[in-house]
Amino acid sequence: MNILVCISNVPDTTTRIKYSADMKEVDYSGVQWIINPWDELALTRAIELKEANPALVQKITVITAGRADVEATLRKALACGADDAIRVDAASGDSLYTASQLANAVKGDAYDVILCGIESSDYNNSAVGGMMAELLDYNSVSAVSSLNLDGNTIKVTREIDGGKQNIEVAGPVVLIVQKGIAINPRIPSMRGIMTARTKPLKVVPATDVIPASRVVSYEAPPAKSACKMIAPDHIEELVNLLHNEARVI
Amino acid sequence: MNFEFTEEQLMIQQAARDYAQRELIQDVIERDTHAIYPEKHVKALAELGFMGMLVDPEYDGGGMDTVSYVLAMEEISKVDASVSVIMSVNNSLVCYGLDKFGSKEQKEKYLKPLARGEKIGAFLLSEPEAGSDATSQRTTAEDKGDYYLLNGTKNWITNGNTAGTYLVIAQTHPEKGHKGINVLIVDRNSPGISVGPHEDKMGMRSSDTHSVMFNDVKVPKENRIGEDGFGFKFAMMTLEGGRIGIASQALGLASGAFERAVKYAKERKAFGTEIANHQAIAFKLADMAVKIENARNLCLKAAWLKDQGKPYGYASAMAKYYAAEIAMEVTTEAVQIHGGYGYVKEYHVERLMREAKLTQIYEGTSEIQQIVISRQVLKDF
Repeated sequence: MNILVCISNVPDTTTRIKYSADMKEVDYSGVQWIINPWDELALTRAIELKEANPALVQKITVITAGRADVEATLRKALACGADDAIRVDAASGDSLYTASQLANAVKGDAYDVILCGIESSDYNNSAVGGMMAELLDYNSVSAVSSLNLDGNTIKVTREIDGGKQNIEVAGPVVLIVQKGIAINPRIPSMRGIMTARTKPLKVVPATDVIPASRVVSYEAPPAKSACKMIAPDHIEELVNLLHNEARVI
Repeated sequence: MNFEFTEEQLMIQQAARDYAQRELIQDVIERDTHAIYPEKHVKALAELGFMGMLVDPEYDGGGMDTVSYVLAMEEISKVDASVSVIMSVNNSLVCYGLDKFGSKEQKEKYLKPLARGEKIGAFLLSEPEAGSDATSQRTTAEDKGDYYLLNGTKNWITNGNTAGTYLVIAQTHPEKGHKGINVLIVDRNSPGISVGPHEDKMGMRSSDTHSVMFNDVKVPKENRIGEDGFGFKFAMMTLEGGRIGIASQALGLASGAFERAVKYAKERKAFGTEIANHQAIAFKLADMAVKIENARNLCLKAAWLKDQGKPYGYASAMAKYYAAEIAMEVTTEAVQIHGGYGYVKEYHVERLMREAKLTQIYEGTSEIQQIVISRQVLKDF
């Protein structure tokens, strides 16, 4: 079984997002880049499965679309335990553009399971996984919070309203995973960091895809309103404000 | 000149940061309060490779450079210096000493489990009456033909009880002074070894500090590192590298306290505005930032010299001296910025301040570093 994990390179979640003066672009200067947290959990689960079933899971490949500066993120994924990496040499685009670039790069390759994080922490489109499944003509399951292998049977659990749904699905399949798929993201070991140097990182050219949408402009959220301090013994006033003004209780 | 880190160095820094901020932080106050040895963290850090990160991969180490080691030590020390001292002693005293000066057989037998972190090492130099003056060793290693007979007491031994392997500095030929000193690899379970009670310390409370007594302990001759009489030189050369570890620890204590102080100063309000907007606090933060940057540069320069195979004793003494001094200053100011909250455990900075004090004392006091630096200055200028 071969597993492909789609990685999105996103700003560190503590980054204060800034925009260009004309509000037409995000200003990425000084940004620390990380693996999208959901993708990192997906990668962690893939590695756990390979470690637990070495005879069954042959290879974990990570893929991203981006310019050369995203390779540091891919090498971190290799250091964590992925076997090889693919970078599609494409600029960023909308979800369909990204999904098409990724799908075109792996079309014809024999992946049994493709893991995508449920969304990226920057643009929150929640669309690439489903689109990839469609483009590759794979099955897909969304909102997956648990993944296990029983031989070649793929067993997943989905979060649903009021509970969980346990299902089995035939590969090849795109699993769109969320929190719970792994507990803590894998921290790369020294050995992993060292061996990442020699693991293959293939760069493939972008394919000719026309994005379905274009960004017109960005808007910053309204500034936070001033904090109201309530004296500790004025409980009624606090309850009143929470109920009538903030409307949270 | 290039001040950029490599991608690998940044990855190691991030790995150490992730572990410290995600795992060590969880129980650090409890471990400090009750002086609990951080067994699970030592095991986890060993699995990640941090316990033998400088050792040649041929002997199961991480094969990382000293610059990476500085970055990792700083990140771990920001959260828990009790854990980073275990890491420092194992890496830069025990593993480094064995890796650099041990025989192939000694490395196979003793270095490999230490580099994998399956065993932890301890470096036994200080004695009840020989701390800074390391030439006055009273512990004896009497030459008995095919073995040494070890007798004496060692004090303030980090990892004293948990270590599986000791490197013991002892006098074989008292008439030769420091040239008669040897260093022996001693199995912790050898008959005749007893370990004193856990030292109840002011800081670094969850590291495992003990005195160790040797009573007619037989040590095979093949466990001596280097030629007969190499022990003092071994200790001095190993401590040169050890200073980089402790300097980085001091740096981490300072930068950890500083990060907390900045965060607090931006949140806490007084006289209608965040206290960071008051010049009294803002200037403190500026001074702290400059000191930390200086300490970091000294640590990294010493590490870089070591990685280049150039002499680094002077640089590491400067790094250790300066970083320890500013760690005390910066952590004290961090407590001051926090006001009353800084004096309670929940805000961490009081612990960092208690821990910083030790960096001025162990692995060569600040005054010993001044001796090393001044001797070099007087020779060179």
